[in-house]
This record gives sequence, C-alpha cells and structure tokens, in this order.
Amino acid sequence: MGRALAVFIWVMTILSVWMFLDGRWWFPKSITEHGPAYDQQFVLTIVVVGVAFAAAQVALGYAVWRFRDTGDGSRAVYSHGNNRMEILWTAITAVVFITVAVLGQRVWAGLHFEPAPPDSNHVRVVAQQFQWNFHYAGPDGKFGRTDPAKISDESLNFIGLDSADPAAADDAVVATLVTQAGRPVELNLTARDVTHSLWVPPLRFKQDLVPGLDIKVHFKPLQVGQYEIACAELCGQQHYKMKSFMLVLPEDEHRQLTSLPQAQFQAQVTQLLKKYPVKYD
Amino acid sequence: MAEAEVTHQEAHAAEAHAHAPGVHHHAPPSGFIRKYIFSIDHKVIGIQYLLLALVSVFVGLVMSVLMRMNLTWPGTEWPILGTLFPDGAPNGVMSPEFYLSLVTMHGTIMVFFVLTTAPQGGFGNYFLPIQIGADDMAFPYLNMLSFWVTFVGLVVILAAIFASGSPSTVGPTGGWTGYPPLSAVGDILNVPGQGMGMNLWIISIAIFCVASLLGALNFIVTLLNLRTRGMSLMRMPLTCWAWFTTAILALLSFPVLLAAGILLLLDRTAGTSFFVPGGLSNGSGIEALKTYSGGSPILWQHLFWFFGHPEVYIAILPGMGATSHILSTFARKPVFGYRAMVFAMFAIGLLGFFVWGHHMFISGMSPYTGFAFSILTLSIGVPSAIKTFNWLGTLWGARIRFTTPMLFAIGFVSLFVAGGITGLVLGQTSLDLSMHDTYFVLAHFHLVMGVAAIFGMFAGMYFWFPKMFGRMMSERLGKIHFWPTMIGVYGIFIPMHAMGIVGMPRRYSQFHEVINGQEVMIYEFLRTTPGLVKFVTWSAIVTALAQLIFLFNFVYSIFRGERASDNPWDATTLEWTTATPPPHDNFGGQVPVVYRGAYEYSVPGAPQDFVMQTTPDETEANAPPDGAAGVQGQGDGGNGHR
Repeated sequence: MGRALAVFIWVMTILSVWMFLDGRWWFPKSITEHGPAYDQQFVLTIVVVGVAFAAAQVALGYAVWRFRDTGDGSRAVYSHGNNRMEILWTAITAVVFITVAVLGQRVWAGLHFEPAPPDSNHVRVVAQQFQWNFHYAGPDGKFGRTDPAKISDESLNFIGLDSADPAAADDAVVATLVTQAGRPVELNLTARDVTHSLWVPPLRFKQDLVPGLDIKVHFKPLQVGQYEIACAELCGQQHYKMKSFMLVLPEDEHRQLTSLPQAQFQAQVTQLLKKYPVKYD
Repeated sequence: MAEAEVTHQEAHAAEAHAHAPGVHHHAPPSGFIRKYIFSIDHKVIGIQYLLLALVSVFVGLVMSVLMRMNLTWPGTEWPILGTLFPDGAPNGVMSPEFYLSLVTMHGTIMVFFVLTTAPQGGFGNYFLPIQIGADDMAFPYLNMLSFWVTFVGLVVILAAIFASGSPSTVGPTGGWTGYPPLSAVGDILNVPGQGMGMNLWIISIAIFCVASLLGALNFIVTLLNLRTRGMSLMRMPLTCWAWFTTAILALLSFPVLLAAGILLLLDRTAGTSFFVPGGLSNGSGIEALKTYSGGSPILWQHLFWFFGHPEVYIAILPGMGATSHILSTFARKPVFGYRAMVFAMFAIGLLGFFVWGHHMFISGMSPYTGFAFSILTLSIGVPSAIKTFNWLGTLWGARIRFTTPMLFAIGFVSLFVAGGITGLVLGQTSLDLSMHDTYFVLAHFHLVMGVAAIFGMFAGMYFWFPKMFGRMMSERLGKIHFWPTMIGVYGIFIPMHAMGIVGMPRRYSQFHEVINGQEVMIYEFLRTTPGLVKFVTWSAIVTALAQLIFLFNFVYSIFRGERASDNPWDATTLEWTTATPPPHDNFGGQVPVVYRGAYEYSVPGAPQDFVMQTTPDETEANAPPDGAAGVQGQGDGGNGHR
C-alpha cells in the first residue's frame, strides 16, 4: 500500500508539472508594456512554487516508500526533532518567500503607485448589468457631465450624460474600449448598479468597478488588434455573458475614430471590429 | 500494566478532582430525549455535529456535481431536473440563476456547516475533553445550546432553498461572499435569487455566528481549566492545540461577521445604507434606489474577509492537528518538533488576522494597503512550511502502518502542500492582478481548505470511529474509498490551475453554448479549455460516487463492524485509556493522571513500541508526575516529552 501511494504521489507530481510546462494552457500573449514584467515574475514564482511542490511531494513519496513497517519487529527512530534543522528550514523559507513577495510588488507599483503619463488617452468606463459603457471625451478633450438621475436605458443614455453640458456635445459612449497602440491610456472606472470587474487576459490585470468609487488604472497597449473583455466579479444571472471588446488601433485610425461624434463613432467601431478580428496566439 | 494504572489513578483520584472544579458531575440521563436529542454529554453532541455535517456535505456535494454538469454540458435536458425544478430548470435545462444559487449554497453549506462544524464541533467536542482527561466540557448546557443553534442555522439555510423568493433558483445568488450592492439591492434590480432567500441566507449565517461563538468560549474555558493532573500544556496532543487555536480564531472573527450580516440585513430591509452608495441606477430611474446614499461596498468586503480569512484556518487547523496526531500514531514515532508545531499553529492563527486584504487586491482598496497585506500574506507561508517539514520529519525513520486513517493523513500532507504552495502566487499583488477570481483561485482554496480539510476529517473519522461507536470501520472499504478519492480530487483541482492561467473566470454558469449541435465558446481566449472542463467533471463524478462507499462503510460499521478494543491502534493519548465507547463521565469515575507527552512511540527499552500518557515510569510511581526523569529521546524539541 505504501509503495502504491508513493508511486501515485510521484506520478501526480510529474503530471502536474507537465501541465504547467506543456504550454497549451498558458496566458494569451501579453500586449502591454508591463506584460513582460508580469510574465517574468509569474515564471519566477511558478518555478519557485514548482520546485518546492515537487521537492515536498517527492520527499513525501520517498518517506512513504522507504519507511513502511516491514513487520520485522524493529522500532522507529526515537527522535523528538532537531532545532538546528527547524531554524535552517524556517530561515530558508522566510528568505525565499519574502524575496518573492517583494519582487512581486514591481508590476503592482508600476500600475498603481505611479501616476499615468501626461500624454495618456483617457476613457471613462461605466459598467452596468450586463453591459460595458466606454465614454470618450471627443475632440474637446473634456468629458461631459454625468448625472445618475439622467440615466435612461430607454433613450440609450446608459451613463446619464447631461446634454445641457456643452462639453458633452462631442462625447461618444459605445460598448467597445478603444485604445491606441504605443500610447498609455488611463481608465476611470465606476459602475452604476453593482460591482463588476474589467478582465482582459492579454492586459495581465483586472480591476473591480465599484459603485460610488472612481478607480483609476493606466496601461500602455502595444499590439494592434481586437481582444475580449469579460466581467470577473459576480454581478447577476447574465454575468457569464457580460462580454465586450477592446480595440488597440494604430495612431491614425485611433485619432480619426475618437474625433467622430456618437453615431459615426459607433459605425466606425463596427467596421474596425471586422477589420481586426479576435485572434490569440 | 492496566491494573497498576488503575490503582495509581485511584490514589490520585481525590486530589485530581480538585483540579477540575468546573465539571458538573451530572448523572447519566435515562430518557431517550435527554440522552440522544437534547443531550448535554459532549460525546453525544460531538456525534450530533458530525451527523449534521454529514447531511450537509452530501447536499453540498450534489450541488457541486450539478454545477459541473452544467459547465460541461450546458443546454442539455436532464428530465429529472425539469421535474424537480420546473422553474429553475425549465425542460430540464439549468438556468444561469439556478447555477448561481448552486454556487452560493454549495459554498455556504460547505464552509459553515461542514468545514466549521465537523472538525471543531464534531471531533473537537467529542475528543477535546477526553484527551485532556476531563469528564465533560466546562459548560455542558452551553454546549447543547451551541449545537441546537447551529441546527437552527442549518434549517434556515435549507429553507432558503425552498423559500428563495424566486421560483427559478434554489437559494440566493450572491455567492458565499455575498458582496453588496448586489446582495443589498439585487431585488430592486430584479436579479433572481435576491429576495427572501437572501434574507434567510444572512439570518442563517448570523445564527451560525452565535452558535460558533458559544462553542468557542466553551472550548477555550474547557482547555484552560479542565486539564487533568499532569496534563501540562506542552503535554497535550496537537489536536488539542489545534482545537484551542481554532476556538480563539472563531471567538475573534465570528462577531465581526455577525455585525456585518446584521448591517447587510438592515440595508435590505430597513432602508439603511451601510454598504450601498448613492447614485445607483437600474436604467429606468426606479425610486427604491434613490433612498440609498453614503454606504461603501468595500466596507462589507473588509468586514467579511476579516472573518473570512481566519475562517480558512478555522477549517484547516483541526485537520492539521488530526494529521499530526495520526501521522505520529501510525509512523510509530514521536511528532517531529512538537514545540515548533505548536508555535507554527499559533503563528498561522495570529498572522491569519492580518492578511484579509489579499482577497481584495483588485477591489479598489488603496494599493498601498495591498502592498502591506501582500508581504504579510507571504509570511504565513513560513509557519505553513514549518508544519510540512515537521510532518516529513515525523515520517522520516518511521515504521509506517498503512491503515486507512494513515492514508488519509498522508493525503492531507500531500494536498496541503499542493494547495498551499500556490498561495505564493496569489498572495503577490502583481500576480493576483491576473489570477484573481479565476479558476486558479478555486483550485488553490479548494485543495487547501476544502479537500485537505476533508481529508483531515476522513482521517479523524476512520481513526476515532472505533472509540465513538465501539466498532471498527471496514479497512478494506476504507481503502477502496481512499484511492478514487485521492486520485479524483487531484483530477479535479490540478487542471483548474491551468484553466485559471488561461484566464477562466469563476462563477460563470457556462463557457460555451451549443448552437446547431456545435459547441461555440463564449470567449475565444478559453478555446483550449473544453478538454480540461470535461476531465474535471468526470473526475468530480467519480470522486462523488466514491463517497457512497464511505457512507455505506459508516452506516454498516455502526451496526455490523468488528468490535473494537479499547486501544485498537496501539495509541498513547487519553482517549485510548478508557472504555470503548467511553462511559458517560468518560473515565468511569477514575481521573487519569498524565506522566508524559502525547507521542511516546518507539521509546528505547520500553516493553512495547508505545508508552501511554498515563503510564508512570517505574521509578516515579510514587513521585509527583511533573518531576521525575524519564527516558531521554535523541534530538531536540521534545519539551514536555520525557
């Protein structure tokens, strides 16, 4: 029984490690500036984790194989422990874990501690059950005022844009996130009903959108294309289908698109979504 | 030897009584109701808790299988579901809200009514007093009250299945974490499963909090005051340390959840605004939302996780205790580094109170706070690693007897490592950015606080069953239960890591739709996962079916199992010194006197390969139990062991 268990533990360990190495089940390729740093930290951590996991399982399997009671009447080693070894392995794990923990703050700090670069594009994001609204300021660069009291799904004013505000006249609100390749973008996130979470796997981050809070995140997309947006915080029965798309456009297409008023903006986005089909490799 | 022990105990009996002033020497009850229903005997209450958890675990298990079926074969017509739930599964096709209510109820029932009740309320209640040599808990009536309040909590949560308020669900749909505003204003937003079921969910949890609080007080007082003569803290079995630490965690964390639950209930029913901000809209200017203003959804998350993270340790610590205990017993070797194990357990418990924010990295909480929580979180890895090393140290040089409880205890160690180690990934703010709310998280916490904890319970059940019911469980069936369970749980949860890396979000009722017989992925980025999803589901079905073997073994052995001797495992602690099953007052009027630590196996020169805690050394038969020199083992850490 002991040998069977040892063999199972080893086989399970090999299969688990294989699953991570196989490559079929890995992130979609990163498309942001901070992506490579994320991937690097992930690989470093998964190597540390993998080595610790494999070492512990192999040792467990070995102990189970080697130290079974053979019925020869001999007794186990009578030992209550070894303080030197306790101190040694405590120190080693402490150093390794804390080092990994400190390294693991780098991408986080870049995303959250540093302000968005001054040349960033700005997009307001207002999530609702079960739809994404992306608000663009238009050529004047100023977001029109919004007011929850003016929200009306019936008249397609999903975010309560106040038409009395002159800054709102050239604004566009569409269901697609439009960004520009090579230029940072700052998202200003909020939700109008319940908590949602913006999740685009190739961006390597997600962020909750919380009613009553304006949360800022910034990133720099690099790879032109179309990517899927999913909701990652349980928001109700259609949560699994709260889907939209993000476009990363070349500079000229981005400039041209974001200067369009609502109706043309919408039509142009539809064209671009066809031009850049979703493709992960 | 037994004879000498009895005489010795008699000699100390009168004296030892003075050490246990809090015990009520109640006479054994005679009527059925006082004996088995409203019993104040901790042993009966322990079994009541275990049966409550057993019922709950099968409800939760069936729900998880239903979820897996929907994820794998969405849109399939299951006639039996259509018959049972004509609204939730019209024509037998599960609705998304039905799925979400399964998510919520599975989590709630498993976390509260299984993982919190069985290891602590069940095994702890039964064996803590016996292992410290007491004849009952400190407050037997309070103990009875704890169980019956828990029972009411279970009735209320089960009522939420049938009185959910929306016919299409089997309970609330907010997840076991119940984040507002969804859980507060979901009903106004017309989300199914946010009506009466949600209120019942909150009420049930509040009731559960009260019960746990009473239980925790009782455990702490019992352990501190009712230890028998010679049972110094450092001679206690590690199980007692685990139950003690768990009780402290419960005492400090459940009140916070209780308060949060009451506030949420007020938000739902009394028009308060603790967790709901102003300016909400449903898109048509509904009046009911306009009364809310000034609340914070994130406040709920802080309160919930201040409880929720210690809760993880409430679930797993008793499993750690049982595993240490059982590993040592069947390794025939003292626990390696007993003192380090005790400190590690306390360190885990203490640090567990300072890391709740790692559940909230992407919640919108201050990123600087996230930084601090992250470093603290990874520090918890250190005492966890100490425990793992010490378990391996216990096995090193052992003479392992592969009984069923030992198999599950070894399984616990393997699963604890597999599940715990990925905390190193999720605990980093940066990496959590991508991993949060994916199947990677599901894999991590199910392995650790779900499956490992359950393995700890299985180990405990197979180990202590003979003492509780006077009969052995079938070893053959036990092993037939172990193998598919061990292989199955890895088959379920290892692939979930891969799904999470690919980006699969949790709490999705389906990932593909069947259109004209073709499976079409809703999200293209998940295109490589359907094979894994099927594999996981089949693993889950096999694992779930294997639990029927356990159920059969459990029921069969109660009535037909082989008669158990008083000490069938050649173990050392006090529960094995008394009759099987123990008499009403545990030790038949005797008060055990303890002479040594809990894990004296393979002591050189001893007549057998185990020396019981009550066995005096020949030289000290008349000496005070705390003073004399005993056999010195090689190596350190054996403080309290002589």
